Amino acid sequence: MLKFAVVVFPGSNCDGDAQWAASHVLGQSAELVWHKDTSLHGADVVVLPGGFAHGDYLRTGAMARFSPIMPAVKAFAGAGGPVIGICNGFQVLLEAGLLPGAMLRNRGLKYRCEHVYIRVERTDTPFTSAARQGQVLRIPIGHGEGNYYAPPGVLETLEAGGQVVFRYTDAEGVVTDEANPNGSVNGIAGICNAQRNVVGMMPHPERACEPLLGSTDGLVVLESVVQSLAEARHVP
Amino acid sequence: MRARVFVTLKPSVFDPQGRTIADALHSLGYGDVGDVRQGKYFELDLVTTDPARAKTLAAEVADRVLANPVIESYRIEVD
Repeated sequence: MLKFAVVVFPGSNCDGDAQWAASHVLGQSAELVWHKDTSLHGADVVVLPGGFAHGDYLRTGAMARFSPIMPAVKAFAGAGGPVIGICNGFQVLLEAGLLPGAMLRNRGLKYRCEHVYIRVERTDTPFTSAARQGQVLRIPIGHGEGNYYAPPGVLETLEAGGQVVFRYTDAEGVVTDEANPNGSVNGIAGICNAQRNVVGMMPHPERACEPLLGSTDGLVVLESVVQSLAEARHVP
Repeated sequence: MRARVFVTLKPSVFDPQGRTIADALHSLGYGDVGDVRQGKYFELDLVTTDPARAKTLAAEVADRVLANPVIESYRIEVD
């Protein structure tokens, strides 16, 4: 059984959903870790959940990087441990420098809360390894600042290095401007670091893990990390 | 001393709020207003009486916390 650590910042509000998806739906162990803790308690996977860490008053995710737990998260990521930041967690990873780029206000300035379609661009991350290349997932978003931006040069590096993990598309998996809910450059919905073990995504896979929630397409994200770690452990 | 920190999106970064404000001004008949860029303004009350120290401190705070250097730039005034 894997041990998930779901970091809880003051203002996180998807921590319970992530814990539920990992424990109840996937049958793994999932512990909430308060941001003032300095240890991840031997976790195998770290989740930075959605919400409004520290209130997002200055910028989304800006203050969370100063939380006492973050050195442990950085060390875990640096050692190759799988880390996923979902929505606000993605914003935290950007502000903490664990992923490149930054978030701007949504192009239309509105908070968008709806199901969208995203296409799996890469299956060589621990959070997409169980998905099919090009698989289209129907997963909800809920954010006001999900307009991903990377400076020229950085964007080219991301694209050339295959670090774009998810893109907003229509139901057929075609990238269109209409299908892009926030104006993200190149329709980017999720990226990974160069080492591929840290993934950030704006859509909420943990909110799409049970039929009652209208979609189970998010399951593959969490199942991927369970499978990839199980396989890694069986490698002699 | 007091430091005033003006944080704005870099010129190369699209500012959706600024654009919306500009569109609103145009619809109000202010055709002479071109583009609008919006940002944040911080006033820091500082213990120091040394202007150079005040500016250094404000710049450190702006670099580390108030601005995100990926998308924002800032300007500091001290008095």
